[in-house]
Amino acid sequence: MKMNGAQMVCEALIAEGVKTVFGYPGGAIMNVYDEIYKQDGFEHILNRHEQASVHAADGYARANGEVGVAMVTSGPGFTNAVTGLATAYMDSIPMVVISGQVPLSLIGTDGFQEIDAIGISRPCTKHNFLVRELSELPRIMKEAFHIARTGRPGPVLVDVPKDITAEFGEFVYPDSVNIPSYSPTIKGNQRQIDKAVEAILKAKKPLLYIGGGAVLSNASDLVRKLAEMSQIPAVETLMARGVMGAKNPLLLGMLGMHGNYSSNMAMSETDLVISLGARFDDRVTGKLSEFAKYADVIHVDIDPANIGKLVDVDYPIVGDVTEVIEKMILGLKSKVKPERYADWREVLERYDNLHPQSFIDTDDVIKPQWVIERIGELVGEQAIITSDVGQHQMWAAQHYPFDRPRQWINSGGLGTMGFGFPAALGAKKAHPQKTVINITGDGSILMNVQELVTAAEYKIPVINVILNNHFLGMVRQWQTFFYEERYSSTDLSFQPNYKALAEACHGIGYDVTTKAEFDAALKDAIEKDRVAFINVQVARFENVFPMVPAASALYNMMLPPKEGEQ
Amino acid sequence: MENVRRVISVVVENESSVLSRISGLFAGRGYNIETLTVAPIPNTNHSHITIATKGSPRLMEQIIKQLHKLVPVYKVVEHSEMVEKEMVLVKFPIEESLSDIEALCGAYNGGIVNVGVDMFIGMVADEPFRIKHFIEAVERYNPKEIVRGGVVAIER
Repeated sequence: MKMNGAQMVCEALIAEGVKTVFGYPGGAIMNVYDEIYKQDGFEHILNRHEQASVHAADGYARANGEVGVAMVTSGPGFTNAVTGLATAYMDSIPMVVISGQVPLSLIGTDGFQEIDAIGISRPCTKHNFLVRELSELPRIMKEAFHIARTGRPGPVLVDVPKDITAEFGEFVYPDSVNIPSYSPTIKGNQRQIDKAVEAILKAKKPLLYIGGGAVLSNASDLVRKLAEMSQIPAVETLMARGVMGAKNPLLLGMLGMHGNYSSNMAMSETDLVISLGARFDDRVTGKLSEFAKYADVIHVDIDPANIGKLVDVDYPIVGDVTEVIEKMILGLKSKVKPERYADWREVLERYDNLHPQSFIDTDDVIKPQWVIERIGELVGEQAIITSDVGQHQMWAAQHYPFDRPRQWINSGGLGTMGFGFPAALGAKKAHPQKTVINITGDGSILMNVQELVTAAEYKIPVINVILNNHFLGMVRQWQTFFYEERYSSTDLSFQPNYKALAEACHGIGYDVTTKAEFDAALKDAIEKDRVAFINVQVARFENVFPMVPAASALYNMMLPPKEGEQ
Repeated sequence: MENVRRVISVVVENESSVLSRISGLFAGRGYNIETLTVAPIPNTNHSHITIATKGSPRLMEQIIKQLHKLVPVYKVVEHSEMVEKEMVLVKFPIEESLSDIEALCGAYNGGIVNVGVDMFIGMVADEPFRIKHFIEAVERYNPKEIVRGGVVAIER
């Protein structure tokens, strides 16, 4: 069929089963927008900033596992999208971003809204393409989706010059992909898996260390099965919250800088780390030389470059977490003896009882942790929780009862403030039946606050719970502990009227200072089914505990004050 | 960990921006590049990139894995058993002893390749450490300009 390049882009998206595209038009991408206007294969959501478009596509992908799609114009449209690309790249989120580019004849001339998108995005995409000939366009679109979703997933950029989208040519969308230089290892070497199984059978204090790869691989059921059959305790990274399920007795909690006591102690004392799709990030390991010091390491990862990058690995297994665990379960079946690890479980239980995840609740001022636990009680497992970055993010990760993977959506690797609200829009588009709540702070929410308009226009009723402490809380916390309370540029006492701001953008706003008001506001926001800001005044100087100071050993935790100590 | 020198040979799809993907990877992740050469492989759509680099064994492993991850990379060969050659061109003032320098070049697999009115040019091709020796040896003939070519290597 003969058509122009712009129509080919749309046809390719439809062929890939794309239902929702988030984007923002501009000069170089206008031809494609003209075709978007004419088609009805997918919906286009006009965000109010390109960064938000990319985060929304990202949130969509995280919520349902499909490839998220965003579309931007050249130059500033693209540069605004870069933070979104980098965010997705760091967390391995499958995404295709299509950017307009100046016509081929103008490339290299500093044309209007020209920027080297390929050069800029190279370090923050899994791969990128500049379309140089119309005949390449269908193949490139096919490859972009393939690369985004296979192996270790990631964002792929397709940069399309304006003259290519105007040109006419024959459109045949390829059925299959042939990239000889690209073939991720999925299966996992059986001999290595056998050795790992032997190590598990011999270990006395094994520990499952579960990372975001378990979510990406949709391996939650198998991870639970592996833990259940072996009765090996588990810790989750920030990216893996929900994989084991909050009620699972084998789950110790989250580990790392703000991990709970028993999780961090377990990692410090284990004799066998079974890493499933985790990558030993510095926020997880603390001081590397003290990390899992007494342990052998089984490292299952689809990306060979993650294995042995930071810690020495005794049992490297390159492969998809799902595939590898299936084989591990077969190997362990009828051989593994759960009672072998009973003493170990008991030690960890004692640790947990010694310092459970806790905070001192009060009734005169709302504690941020209370808000999160309360949301958990009121909407619990049916909700999807997104977050921005900072104290509220850590409290959400610590205190929300996540029951399933893809219920918790946050920017873990890059730590992008302003991610939560647009990501919530994407998650809500992916799961319209679910309540989507963005847990945010008074700092983060202002980065992408313009999405109130998008949410109102398209009736995407996400609820933003602003834990308002009039501070950039996490930086303030570090200033308290490590900078002698010099609160340099972190005091946010001067702030907008959040309720009025929401209302000005056709949403609803609530000001909350008591627990009763919070309950009422959340209930009302869910009932009204409109985009909402719930502005909750919380304790100003609350800190996130436990805390492992940067570059300190994981077992050196600053613990929360206990009742009567404060 | 002690630093090792390695020559890594990379076979890539011969497409625009592939060199920037590789040099960008080295720059972005703080890997060292001692020399880098690139040339198309005859009768294919591929190019050969040869990189001489230095670092700890763990870093070498990372470099190779990260190179492998790049989509247009077919093959990464890192081998201690490589035949390595490097070329160097040296320009001498015409006053210097042509015969001495010719003999010297001969000892390092080369010779005089150009003679002009006020200068002549010697060329040699040899192992990188021998090239270093050669450059030291010609120092006393007042070379006006020295251009090294970077390492090319092939697996034994």
